[in-house]
Amino acid sequence: MPVHHQLAHYSDRFVHFSIAVYALAMLALCAEWAFDSRRFATTPAAAAVPAAELVGVGARGLDAAVPPAGPPAIVRPTDERADRFGRIGLSLTTLAFLLHFTGVLCRGLAVHRVPWGNMYEFSTAAALAAVGAFLVLTRIYDIRWLGVFVITPVLLTMGLAVTVLYTDAEQLQPALQSYWLVIHVIAAVTSAGVFTVGAAVSVLYLIVERAERRAVVGGFTERLPSAATLDRLAYRVHAFVFPLWTFAVIAGAIWAESAWGRYWGWDPKETWAFITWVVYAAYLHARATAGWKGRRAAAIALTGFGCFLFNYFVINLVVTGLHSYAGT
Amino acid sequence: MAVDTRISDEPAALPPPLGPVGTARWAWRQLTSMRTALILLFLLAVAAIPGSLIPQSAVDPVTVSQFRAHHPDLSRWYDRASLFEVFSSPWFSAIYLLLMISLVGCVVPRSKVYLSSIRARPPVAPRHLDRLPENARVDSDLTVDQALDACVTSLRRRRFRVDRHPDGTVCAERGYLRDTGNLVFHLSLVVVLVGIAYGHLYGFKGSTLVVEGEGFANTVTQYDNLRAGPRYDLDHLAPFALTLDRFNATYQADGQQIGAARAFSAVIDYTPAPGKPSEQKVVKVNHPLHAGDTKVYLGPHGYAPLVTVRDGKGTTVFTGPVPFLPMDPVGLASRGVVKVPDAQPAQLGFQGFFLPTAARDTVRGLFSLFPAATNPRLVLNAWSGDLGLDDGVPQSVYRLNTQHMTQVRVTLDTSAPATTAALAIGETMTLPRGLGTLTFDGYRQWVVLNLTDDPGRELTLLGAALAILGLLGSLFVRPRRLWVRATPDGAGRTVVDVGALARSDGPDLAADVGGVLDALRAGPPAGSTINKRASEE
Repeated sequence: MPVHHQLAHYSDRFVHFSIAVYALAMLALCAEWAFDSRRFATTPAAAAVPAAELVGVGARGLDAAVPPAGPPAIVRPTDERADRFGRIGLSLTTLAFLLHFTGVLCRGLAVHRVPWGNMYEFSTAAALAAVGAFLVLTRIYDIRWLGVFVITPVLLTMGLAVTVLYTDAEQLQPALQSYWLVIHVIAAVTSAGVFTVGAAVSVLYLIVERAERRAVVGGFTERLPSAATLDRLAYRVHAFVFPLWTFAVIAGAIWAESAWGRYWGWDPKETWAFITWVVYAAYLHARATAGWKGRRAAAIALTGFGCFLFNYFVINLVVTGLHSYAGT
Repeated sequence: MAVDTRISDEPAALPPPLGPVGTARWAWRQLTSMRTALILLFLLAVAAIPGSLIPQSAVDPVTVSQFRAHHPDLSRWYDRASLFEVFSSPWFSAIYLLLMISLVGCVVPRSKVYLSSIRARPPVAPRHLDRLPENARVDSDLTVDQALDACVTSLRRRRFRVDRHPDGTVCAERGYLRDTGNLVFHLSLVVVLVGIAYGHLYGFKGSTLVVEGEGFANTVTQYDNLRAGPRYDLDHLAPFALTLDRFNATYQADGQQIGAARAFSAVIDYTPAPGKPSEQKVVKVNHPLHAGDTKVYLGPHGYAPLVTVRDGKGTTVFTGPVPFLPMDPVGLASRGVVKVPDAQPAQLGFQGFFLPTAARDTVRGLFSLFPAATNPRLVLNAWSGDLGLDDGVPQSVYRLNTQHMTQVRVTLDTSAPATTAALAIGETMTLPRGLGTLTFDGYRQWVVLNLTDDPGRELTLLGAALAILGLLGSLFVRPRRLWVRATPDGAGRTVVDVGALARSDGPDLAADVGGVLDALRAGPPAGSTINKRASEE
């Protein structure tokens, strides 16, 4: 079927527009941080809270089998102006998400297929998944504080997508013409989005953990939940995405079997998918192992995300293999 | 690594003097510890990296041979470390086998404990329920029995395994599937490995290049490449045969992605067994042909120019298609060689390019603009002398050994002699001194067919599916215990203590405790409780 160029054009417009709104959303979410008056709170009471938390963390750390339960603690800026900025930021994020979604949808309708057949499309879809994961999480937990740390990588990805990775709306090359494109890539795109959220939480965990360890919680770190809460949230995000990534790899193997006659051939892409899987598996194990949980586990999760990014950008663009679909 | 210091701090790593049995036991315990498993996981990840950056013989033998030619010294070191075959190297195998042993050694003993605990009853209530991470105390108007009945009903509805004890406590637990999931996941990895190994032992994979109009019969000699497992019976290959009728390729004709492939299909005449009627089949990239247990996949494709070579005596000494290998993925310009050992007075060799859509510019000279054959040209130079085919050294059909040959200038029509000639279809180039002529008659396309039989495939898939199920169980089932103690306060009311304990990360204990409190507030459950109360009175 011929490509619907008008729709493809609309798709590009929606994507550009969503980038602008994401940028505004990021500004608003940054303003929430900037205008929060608690930044300047240096009263003894404020200083005592993190110290108490520190004790709590240490005590919990000893008891491996019984981690504290319940959803992550609610952190809301007390400053009304900051809160307003936060709410504006979240609304703008939702708006940008809708525009972004429309853009991706139009691309799919324009080319009569799923809109993730090349790196441009995959990047925009993965960014959509990341924002979607964040918006879903804000419904379950009060994690607006995470917004700016998700929108920033999303904006970077979108910027890369429309500049470096941009590919015209066209039909797919033969190897991609399979229903496994729907199954395998949905799983991979969603994993990419959720991995990004997980990595953002892990980075924040490392920052807060360091502040708590040095008993210098204040300013930036004070606005964030405790290290224990962040660690738990990071674990939940990663525990959610690990089976999904496993499924993505398995679906990819089944597809490889039907396209190339072998389900696993150690193609560079497959090798790095495997490495990523192994590293995240190590994270899940590390978190249940004395001496590895906490900082080291978070570092492992970030290594896993690094492997994922390497697989996506370096292997796709630099190393040639059967999975070289970057431009077509 | 910073890892080492911490590990050696552990008391377990400093054993007292042990006998051989003790040492073995200590080594086994080290191997099956979680820390060892973690280190092995890291080693596995790190060991896989060179396999993705250094060309692998099993994945891309052509690049490997190019690499060997360019870096002979480095290649010698790579060979010593099996770096061209990382994934079948002793050190890579050692890592994953140790990991599997560690995994089995860790999981199997645990499964014994698990099997005994799977039907275990919830443990009795601790003395101080208020010390549990989630707890509540309420005063209820219900009697002790009514309160406990209400709790039992509510907990059963929340799928807890519930025991009611005569000392006025209810003990409940749920989430037994977590351990099952964990066990299933780890054992399924062993199933995956067994499936892979079985496929290697009892399967085969091979490939063959077939030109349009030519055939392939499924016998060992017809394969260009064949890797069979040690247990695969090559004498009993499925007796099918096939002929490639034609290969259709369509390419993007305009826009940014001009030349990108859009559809490939091979029309194949398939004969399941000698004497059976043949059927026409279409093989596409994601749609292999099922020939019994063997699957036939469409692989790479290219062009085979048709040439006729006449020697100095005017005898036709060669005619037919010569497969050329694509070297430019965009324009599908292909490189190849024509060897004519029967030519008289001297053997002839030609080498050069086939350009499907020839074009010329100042930078690239002659090149191919587009992968479809819209303006095909055959660009060749000619050599005369000894092809070296009788040396006993096997030669590539895609390479001309010019050691004992001399290049001759060729003429096309009436033009002046030149080192190369670019022939259009139907044109003939003439070699000097009555050595002969070469005519470019046209072209055919060829495809590589990949044939595989992997009997371990289903087992591997089963293992993979079990792994996912196990993962879901072990990550999403959240075991927890909950206890209720009801005691009369002496004033006609009942004090109910509820406490809950998570046995993994993150269950919503507050919801569980809240559910019990709601049940207490809602009053005595219908049915059995009322009867019981009536009988008590």
